[in-house]
Amino acid sequence: MRYIEEFRDGKLAAKLEQDLVREAARLARAITLMEVCGTHTMSIYRHGLRSMFPENVKMVSGPGCPVCVTPVGYVDMAIELARTPGVIITTFGDMMRVPGTSSALQKERGAGKDVRVVYTALDALTVAANNKNNEVVFLGVGFETTAPSIASTIIMAKKLGITNFSVLCAHKVMPEPMEALTSGQLKLDGYMCPAHVSAIIGEEGYRPIAGKYGVPCVITGFEPLDILRGVIMLVRQVADGRAEVENEYNRVVLPEGNRKAQAILADVFVKSSAVWRGLGPIPDSGLAIAPKYEAYDAAKKFGIVEPPSRENPACVCGEILKGLKGPQDCPLFGKACVPENPIGACMVSSEGTCAAHYRYGAGALAHA
Amino acid sequence: MRDKFILLGHGSGGQMTGELLSKVVMPAIYDGGPPPDMDDATPATLPHNKICFTTDSYVVDPFIFPGGDIGDLAINGTINDLAMAGAEPLFISLAFILEEGLSMDGFKSVLGSIRKASSQAGVQIACGDTKVVPRGKGDKIFINTSGVGAAREGLVVHSRNAAPGDVVIINGTIGDHGIAVMSQREGMRFESPVVSDTAALHTLVSDIIDAGVEIHVMRDPTRGGLATVAVEIAEAAGVSIRLDERAMPISKSVAGACEILGLDPMYVANEGKMILIAPERDAEKALKVMRSHRLGQDAAIIGRVLERGQPKVTVTSSVGGVRMIGKLPGELLPRIC
Repeated sequence: MRYIEEFRDGKLAAKLEQDLVREAARLARAITLMEVCGTHTMSIYRHGLRSMFPENVKMVSGPGCPVCVTPVGYVDMAIELARTPGVIITTFGDMMRVPGTSSALQKERGAGKDVRVVYTALDALTVAANNKNNEVVFLGVGFETTAPSIASTIIMAKKLGITNFSVLCAHKVMPEPMEALTSGQLKLDGYMCPAHVSAIIGEEGYRPIAGKYGVPCVITGFEPLDILRGVIMLVRQVADGRAEVENEYNRVVLPEGNRKAQAILADVFVKSSAVWRGLGPIPDSGLAIAPKYEAYDAAKKFGIVEPPSRENPACVCGEILKGLKGPQDCPLFGKACVPENPIGACMVSSEGTCAAHYRYGAGALAHA
Repeated sequence: MRDKFILLGHGSGGQMTGELLSKVVMPAIYDGGPPPDMDDATPATLPHNKICFTTDSYVVDPFIFPGGDIGDLAINGTINDLAMAGAEPLFISLAFILEEGLSMDGFKSVLGSIRKASSQAGVQIACGDTKVVPRGKGDKIFINTSGVGAAREGLVVHSRNAAPGDVVIINGTIGDHGIAVMSQREGMRFESPVVSDTAALHTLVSDIIDAGVEIHVMRDPTRGGLATVAVEIAEAAGVSIRLDERAMPISKSVAGACEILGLDPMYVANEGKMILIAPERDAEKALKVMRSHRLGQDAAIIGRVLERGQPKVTVTSSVGGVRMIGKLPGELLPRIC
């Protein structure tokens, strides 16, 4: 537990809370910050940090949960593959509940389809090696954090000559949607940039957001003390009238990122346009499997194409992911869309805005 | 018994079933003592009129895990359901659904655990049944139990009795069973291995009752973990409960495994833990008696019942923040990142 407890020290947290109150008192107006990454959202929720933020510092959750932004069309493709005889679907656990148009993977598993939860893509490769008569498809979902390990698995599959393994690729990259949000209608005063994504990509990708749009960026670790410090740094930038890329998580994130992982990504993937649930298509925000590895591209292998996303038209998850609306603005909320039967992304994950709001009402995450 | 595996014939009700019972099941469970009547029902004498009656099924995979197996889990789990009602466990029924092809050695080891757990607890396996389903129609071994216990006169224990001013006490570390099973399933290794906490809690409960603690609520936080049970209690009693993460006993291995798997230990299953809710004036007495029992050495006050009104459970985190918690929404799924 070393390097965990140290970053959850109550005494230090109390001191940081005082620092934050002092910095926030310098602000001329109330500000809105966005934590982009789902793991930040989860950590803020789990450690009750919202209750420690001053009233004039509002944090909204962005589109940084890879599962939440996976479009309906992708889930439909995964379900179509699950229903294909001889196909074993392997996936990270939290994709199980994500709703497609008319089903979800956990419902398919209940109906007898072979859908297995794995912890790594390498586990999926092992499933392929042990089931030579089946086609094993891994659901490649996630940002630059998970994409390198999936890329390595594809390289490994090629090296070992395992041909019954492929990846249904929906990997996405991070700075692009942040830029899309910044140039849109959303008025943000600062971005808490993702920790692990930044460990791969470094600081460079955020420069346009700070430089071109004048929005402060702070790369922040996931532990509660990191997050408190990241908020302090963002508030301080706003109060100082600065907009820079700062790195709170410098014990892990190097300015240039992880060159080796970047090389693996560049070898296996090419940038592509990607559809984000709730945000629509964003150019260059996705990763597609490069032609030289197309034998491992499940969509090509099985000749399936992503159907146009048919989101429930009444769902406002997109606006919620942008921080523009709240759950109470959605006609489905609490009626057709509940945690046990989620329709929109924000109800899927237990720390999603709607799921929390459903359970606890308006004050769910703040000042409980 | 020369068979190395369970065969369909062992569930036929005929000669092979008779052999399985007489040569494998009965000797293992009753260890030379008198087995119950082999007729369709066992006459049993109860100490007085009021009984507690419970049933449960056990389907754990893998069925043998660090610290226990499905056999002692079934006995301890049934005893604990009775114990949480303040009842003294007396009789347990035992029904097996075996999958064709189950290894006979695996089955025997489960039977051995059942004998050990039931004789340690002093409960009688009063009746049983064995069925065999074709390969692929079950998952190696399922066990269903019912339990009958003698209710204690004058003792009314129920979740709705949680009242403002009460303290919430747990008898030890959280999450051990769930992580032990999950780590076995996923082939994870830890520096200090995590073993299941499966245990029968009735003697600990007896000590608490005998010490004169005014018991409002007792619950065993099994599937869904501590968080789910706390929410159920809050809803039943119409109260708000504040828990304190900093006071929750948790082993370093479990905490580490939860970090790796992206799980919240408050939602991970326990099989030898109890939540006791009692008035604050009895807190010290309860802690003292629990800590002097081998199953309560790490007992701690982990929260308080605050007020009547909107049922809710909040938790003070290790850094002093406050958050709300709900019931486990579905399966406990590891997070992607």
